[in-house]
Amino acid sequence: MRQPTATVSSPKKSSRIMALLGRLAALAAVYAFFAVLTPGAKGFMSDANTQLMLQDIAVVAMAAIGMTIVIIAGGIDLSAGSSIALSMITTAYVLNLGPEGGKLILAHPIALPLLAVAAAVGVSTLIGFINGAMITWLRIVPFIITLGTMQMVRGFAKLVANEQNIYPPAEVQDLWVARLLDPSKTVLTWPFLPLAVWLVIGAALFTGLFLRYTRLGRHIFAIGSNEKTALLCGVPLARTKILVYMIGGLFSGLAGVLFFARLGSIGQPTEAIGYELFVIAAAVIGGASLLGGRGTILGTMIGALIITILRNGGVKMGWPQYTQEIVMGAVIIVAVAIDNLRQRRRT
Amino acid sequence: MSDALPTPHPTTSPLLAVRGVKKSFGATQALKGVDLTLERGQVLALIGENGAGKSTLMKVLSGAHSADSGEMSLEATPYRPDGPLHARALGVCMIYQELALAPHLSAMENILLGIEPTHGPFMNWRETRAVARRALDEVGLPDLDPATLVADLSIAEQQLVEIARAVAVGCKVLVLDEPTSSLTQKDVQALFSLVRRLKDKGVAIVYISHALEEVAALCDRFTVMRDGETVGHGQVGTVPVDRIISMMVGRDVEDLYPTPILELRALAGQKAPRSAGLVLRRGEVIGIAGLIGSGRTETLRSLFGLDPVTGGEIRIHGEVTPPAGPAKRWRQGLGLVSEDRKTEGLAQNLSIAENLTLSRLEGLGPWGFVRPSRQNAAAAPWIKAFPIKCQGGEQAVEDLSGGNQQKVAIARLLHHDCDVLLLDEPTRGIDVGSKAQIYAWIDRLALGDAATGKAPKAILVVSSYLPELLGICDRIAVMTRGELGEARPVADWTEHSLMLAATGQDRRT
Repeated sequence: MRQPTATVSSPKKSSRIMALLGRLAALAAVYAFFAVLTPGAKGFMSDANTQLMLQDIAVVAMAAIGMTIVIIAGGIDLSAGSSIALSMITTAYVLNLGPEGGKLILAHPIALPLLAVAAAVGVSTLIGFINGAMITWLRIVPFIITLGTMQMVRGFAKLVANEQNIYPPAEVQDLWVARLLDPSKTVLTWPFLPLAVWLVIGAALFTGLFLRYTRLGRHIFAIGSNEKTALLCGVPLARTKILVYMIGGLFSGLAGVLFFARLGSIGQPTEAIGYELFVIAAAVIGGASLLGGRGTILGTMIGALIITILRNGGVKMGWPQYTQEIVMGAVIIVAVAIDNLRQRRRT
Repeated sequence: MSDALPTPHPTTSPLLAVRGVKKSFGATQALKGVDLTLERGQVLALIGENGAGKSTLMKVLSGAHSADSGEMSLEATPYRPDGPLHARALGVCMIYQELALAPHLSAMENILLGIEPTHGPFMNWRETRAVARRALDEVGLPDLDPATLVADLSIAEQQLVEIARAVAVGCKVLVLDEPTSSLTQKDVQALFSLVRRLKDKGVAIVYISHALEEVAALCDRFTVMRDGETVGHGQVGTVPVDRIISMMVGRDVEDLYPTPILELRALAGQKAPRSAGLVLRRGEVIGIAGLIGSGRTETLRSLFGLDPVTGGEIRIHGEVTPPAGPAKRWRQGLGLVSEDRKTEGLAQNLSIAENLTLSRLEGLGPWGFVRPSRQNAAAAPWIKAFPIKCQGGEQAVEDLSGGNQQKVAIARLLHHDCDVLLLDEPTRGIDVGSKAQIYAWIDRLALGDAATGKAPKAILVVSSYLPELLGICDRIAVMTRGELGEARPVADWTEHSLMLAATGQDRRT
């Protein structure tokens, strides 16, 4: 029974806090599970493993920020994994420009990495634009369009890489592009965390605030919640949707740059296959609804942590691949089911 | 305003003359001075809004009420009926909207009720039947057996039996009160030809009606009543309809609705509308009636840019505007409430405040920012004023009842401060209380509020519920197969005539 009360904002706010606490509890449980079961210097909690996890988290979380926005707008971007690969290849390709012995990177150690990152992000943003434009103008559902571009972009990555790995000159290893994921010397010295993790935190804060506090952000929620209402209310649908996919692409691009660093400055066109599923899972575990109109960046960040911990912990446990997959799948379903149950009880 | 034309001086004495008749009931002065004259063989239209005093005048004429002051004369002798029977005996007969027949008696008994021919104490049935037969023939019921029970007759036939009763007593003045309100189009035509026949025989007829169409088709002269007074006379056909309406309402039509704020000319969409023309002014509520699928919704949607426009012209504030999307229409001061609040009108899982402010997030924070606290603050006054029953602006719309959801959808237009409100089925499927509140709001918005400087809104309502349109609109236009008819004053319409127009059966000559 609902009562007309003066405590106006409490029901929604409290349920939001409850949802957040629930996710944090799940995160703590997953963490504790592996921490207890794989103790010791080479275990889950070891410094080396923590650093490794931070690297993985940075990549997944970066891409998941963009994916969350796309999902909130009622869309999906299956091409994220391929976009990550293509921007990783683009980064490697630009850094590898020039003939053998006369690599441009040697002459331009400052300009070329910037160009590489700009090119990588530019390419993936362009893919986002193409996704969004086709979805709005051809009026085909995002699932189909991005299923198509997932294949195409993967193909382009292989084409650009000439179906081989790209190994930029060893000098690249010392540049900041390659060191984005390097751990800080100790946990207590600046910058405490790998640079990329800070980038992710900054980007998450920025987009979280953007979604909640800007007109464009509210429009994105409205489109996802009910596209017809948004149209009725004069929200510029085509423009906003294209922008949403461009933002999605942009974050895939940033994730691709991080992936380049993660692989030790190698461009590998067959990497990040199926990565979009982890990214989507992170958003969904974080409370984003594939029906659109619902999702938070904070939730997605927690989701990204849970996903990464599961993958990493499974390896640490020595589980075979199939067990990891079964567990991962089950966790996704259970997480969303619990979320749904709570939602339903509220109304 | 002196709309009253001088009463024409009769060259010969009129059949019926009414001068300065007044009548009060307690403190209410129902008649403040009525003048009218009626010649033999003339059909006089008595027109006026509800409450203008027409019914009271009828009752005074019939002797059911006696006048407080003033004079009446019939055939140049003072006419002071002391009751309906007396009036009838003098030749003044009333046909009320609610027919006054004894349903369990036969047509002939009704016709001769109170003046039965007798042999001493016994009924003279042969004479009764003969008189009734003649009267029925005269009113156009030659095939009706006089012995038929009145309860077995159609409404139209019962009405004719009543008129036959008047004919049987040899009435000189016949007063018909809204006689067509419950007749089909065919029966209306039959009634009209009967009125013309009676007129040719020298019977004078007072024809009380809302429908100016009927007045134009049937009557010779008209007398307009307003607030218990006769405010104008004239020859039918020499005075423009606008003028008659302004006499009825006491203001010029132009005064009532000064600025055309929205004009449609032959607006056409992909399937519908085929041609929609309309002039909507501030302070005016225009209704669009029509069957489902006639193109009413499409008209609103094309106008609002949700459906494509394939032809015609849209003027907003007097300026031609090319077809444009909803974003531009909102900027131009239009707002649409969708007929389907569930799948289009509202984003169900977003909050009340979010839905209410969606079309206008500007001004809720600097530089494209939206502060949720301001969003809630913007929604709060509407939640309170409507009132929308909820726990607060942050509550999801899906938690609300249909009526309260609809109020959110309408409040969006008010938050936006639209000048033109396009309401598509604004009360479909909602509770009676919410309906009443929405009607009250429509009235309030059309009036404007001088105290707060709120200009009157212009409102276009599409509805399938005819009593609703008749209740809230100033004018109603009917859409038939994609064509929008002329928007005529609500007084011109009845539910019946709206249905006829909607089904395309009103093609008049």
